[in-house]
Amino acid sequence: MAKKNKDEILHDHNNDGIDRRGFLKCMAWAGTGAVCVMEGGILKSYSLSRLGEISAKEMAGELSFVQISDSHMGFNKPANPDVAGTLKSAVEKINGLSRAPEFMLHTGDISHLSKPEEFDTVDQILKSASAKDVFFVPGEHDVLNDDGKSYMERYGKNAKGGGWYSFDKKGVHFMGLVNVMNLKAGGLGTLGHEQLEWIEDDVKHLKHSTPIVVFAHIPLWSVYPEWGWGTEDSAQALAYLKKFGSVTVLNGHIHQTMQKVEGNVTFHTAASTAFPQPQPGKADSPGPMKVPAEQLKSVLGITDVNYVQGRQALGVVDATLA
Amino acid sequence: MIRKTVCIVGLLATVMVLTLLLSAVSPRSSAKTPQPATAEVKVDNFSFGPVTLTVAVGTTVTWTNRDDIPHTIVSTDKVFKSKVLDTDEKFSFTFAKAGTYPYFCSIHPKMTGSVVVQ
Repeated sequence: MAKKNKDEILHDHNNDGIDRRGFLKCMAWAGTGAVCVMEGGILKSYSLSRLGEISAKEMAGELSFVQISDSHMGFNKPANPDVAGTLKSAVEKINGLSRAPEFMLHTGDISHLSKPEEFDTVDQILKSASAKDVFFVPGEHDVLNDDGKSYMERYGKNAKGGGWYSFDKKGVHFMGLVNVMNLKAGGLGTLGHEQLEWIEDDVKHLKHSTPIVVFAHIPLWSVYPEWGWGTEDSAQALAYLKKFGSVTVLNGHIHQTMQKVEGNVTFHTAASTAFPQPQPGKADSPGPMKVPAEQLKSVLGITDVNYVQGRQALGVVDATLA
Repeated sequence: MIRKTVCIVGLLATVMVLTLLLSAVSPRSSAKTPQPATAEVKVDNFSFGPVTLTVAVGTTVTWTNRDDIPHTIVSTDKVFKSKVLDTDEKFSFTFAKAGTYPYFCSIHPKMTGSVVVQ
């Protein structure tokens, strides 16, 4: 699958060694199980079957982490009667990466019904991942019965307000946002006034060259409003991040990979580790989509993210479970 | 013989006319079917069916989740709120007062419906 000549940089607008067109092309391949690696400013792609041939040095950015999403522990309908099994496969996939990720982000819908045993099972399965630190944000399935109290007790100890927080890793600023609380009838995801004020304040003193990674459950861009796939007040949040040269937004909720580049912002949604959902408008409703059992793992996945210091945009690569 | 027959026919006719007259003047309620005290809303495919349900005061409405994903029934005006309903679980509420009651699923807020109580 390597296409040498076509990967050369044509337009390096941000002097970050990444050609947006090449980057997008590479990411388009990712859904079929390819890995894109940046080496000497040139994007190369390798099919996942050749993963073993890529050296750890080649795979390395300076910061490497993995995003998983929508594990829906507790779901047991035909679309996937064994979500614990597929989450374990996702962990195996993560453990098979030649460079162990430093930590993981889980972009929500950890559980299916906000039950304690469901959260327990996910925590247990993730213990065997090579990355020991996991940073969570809630999905709407995680805050069902008690306005998110049990979620906050487990995962929101260092969080502000409704569960949002930020942290830094090797010069990259991470912001975990919550857009699944206080949803209004007929509405989309919502960040709310208090969280927006916190966002503004949180980034106020950061240098414009600081790469920002925002992670939240519901997409922060308008993927498909008819199905609630968007966030009402995300424009305000993004306005506070306008000054930064590199912003990567990682979301879940839609159970399929999708990406969009808008100026300095790269939006990306991850696949679920539990079940796929239909593409926007391709079904009556956004519910679990049944696929033949032997195809299930090919529509579930993880996302591997690499950052090389000095390069602005992060390399975001999806890998399916099979 | 003929006189007897005429008498009987005449008697029958009078009885029929009297019956008709009586039923015409008797109160309407005795001839009307009683209103059902229960009604159903089916939750499936991320939607409520029917979207607008009209019922009489005192009716108990039962929502049944037939979808393969959980939903909730939450009144926009905080009149009623179900716990999370997984597949085949139900929630019931009795509407004692007339009015319009919009509601939505708090997990998937694009799902909206209303109960009109008359």
